[in-house]
Amino acid sequence: MMQGNMSQQLGNSHRRFLQTLMTCGSVDEPGARSLHQHCCETHNTQYVPDQLDNFINAINSKLQPLFMQIRKGMSEESGQQHYALVNMAETEVTRMSSDYTENELELFRKTIDLIVASDNGLALSTDILNSADTLTTKKLKKTETEQLLKRLVQDKWLCEKQGEYTLSTRCIIEMEPYIRTMYPEQVKVCHICHNIVFQCQTCENPVCGVKIHFPCVAKYFRGRSVRRCPACDDAWEHEVPGTVFYLFLSSTSVLKVYMTLKC
Amino acid sequence: MVPGLAARFLDVMTQRKRATPSSQRQHGVSALQEDEDDIPFTQPSTSQVQKALENVTPAQLDHKASEVVQYFLVKQQKKIPVRRADLVKHVVKEYRNIFPEIMKSASKTLDQVFGLKLVEIDNKNHLYILISKLENVDGPHTSVSSPKVGLLFVILSVIFMKGGVVRENVIWNTLKKLRVDPGEKHAEFGDVKRLVTDEFVRQRYLECVRIPHTEPVEHEFHWGQRAELEVSKVKLLEFLGQLHDQDPQLWSQQFKEAHSSVNPPSS
Repeated sequence: MMQGNMSQQLGNSHRRFLQTLMTCGSVDEPGARSLHQHCCETHNTQYVPDQLDNFINAINSKLQPLFMQIRKGMSEESGQQHYALVNMAETEVTRMSSDYTENELELFRKTIDLIVASDNGLALSTDILNSADTLTTKKLKKTETEQLLKRLVQDKWLCEKQGEYTLSTRCIIEMEPYIRTMYPEQVKVCHICHNIVFQCQTCENPVCGVKIHFPCVAKYFRGRSVRRCPACDDAWEHEVPGTVFYLFLSSTSVLKVYMTLKC
Repeated sequence: MVPGLAARFLDVMTQRKRATPSSQRQHGVSALQEDEDDIPFTQPSTSQVQKALENVTPAQLDHKASEVVQYFLVKQQKKIPVRRADLVKHVVKEYRNIFPEIMKSASKTLDQVFGLKLVEIDNKNHLYILISKLENVDGPHTSVSSPKVGLLFVILSVIFMKGGVVRENVIWNTLKKLRVDPGEKHAEFGDVKRLVTDEFVRQRYLECVRIPHTEPVEHEFHWGQRAELEVSKVKLLEFLGQLHDQDPQLWSQQFKEAHSSVNPPSS
């Protein structure tokens, strides 16, 4: 990436981008581009499309002394690149530590244990609830655990669907170094993109067993009628995900709603 | 947003009333409950700071300031005020003698990098909040459209139009007319009463004050310090004007107040 913007001062367009990113947790690539445009236009700064990386580099140069960075990572669901503001200071869960108590952090770590150990990158809520009984710091009751999980989802560390929990894209971007350090044996890497992988398809060949992200599978097998494992050449038994739909949630303001409903 | 909200909101506006000065000001409903074993912190004198600075390298000062910035940013996500005592206990620690210097540096960084202003909202209990110096503008990914913000907005409007303070039953009745019943669990907001009296108050958007000599206990609502700093009364009046198809100047009392008070940030 170009380093040409090391000395560039930040304007309100950069600050607005940063504030919005902090509120959202993470933003996907199209969202980041439209946000970049919106921020420039709001503050009458010249908007040059395709300058998003430079724009972000300028912000990152100021974030670096604060041990923070805007980093990119892929969503395991959509395959889209996401941008997130992450803490680079330590490999531990520092950013969370002022928000969560010691035993809550311990439960979060146990949830990561379960996710890393699983084949599909998912932790069942029943298993997490059982872990709550084995905490060494202070035990959590069932209701406390359920509330904690809700908070972790709200704070965009975990995602939940149908009683199963996964790491959010922002969490993966932020915690990848920590996870690689803490789980060197168990951590898996996608055979196609070489990034850390949780939710994936696995080669059925017991001797092979390579893992590939769902979006990476879709990309790799696109247009191929015969599907073979890129590592061992065995038939790839799984169904290849189809075209990925991007659910683009456009926000309508309260004001607009009021106006349109005005009678 | 709850459908039909605006339509019902039109029914709610009644005549204006001046604020009653009779109620005591206390943070009755929600004091921040933190741990009791705080070492009391008093601001070091200028000479103490100068002396302590001699033993600290610029790098150490910068590092501490960075930690303070991070601490504030995390708390900012929930919009919960930061207690000075917690800041000293958990972050500043042994550097407490250069606390003012650390705060100065952190404040500057929050301003220049994030466009956030560090404000002490309570000089007695030493509470800080961060407010954005950037104007609230609708755009992609903004939180302007969140239903909670809408609900808060309705409550702030009612309080403002009624002269700055309303009894709690006025708020509950207003919300009931908008089909948000504090007595029932709401599909979107859950426990509405808790949201209004606990969350919004803790975030300092609202202030909830006990009315003395009431049995059972009744409360009044005022705008909280965060609302005073973040929400533009001028814009609120303009919006209400559009909603009621009325020139904001016709609400002369409110118009005067909106244009006389120190207005929150514009970009």
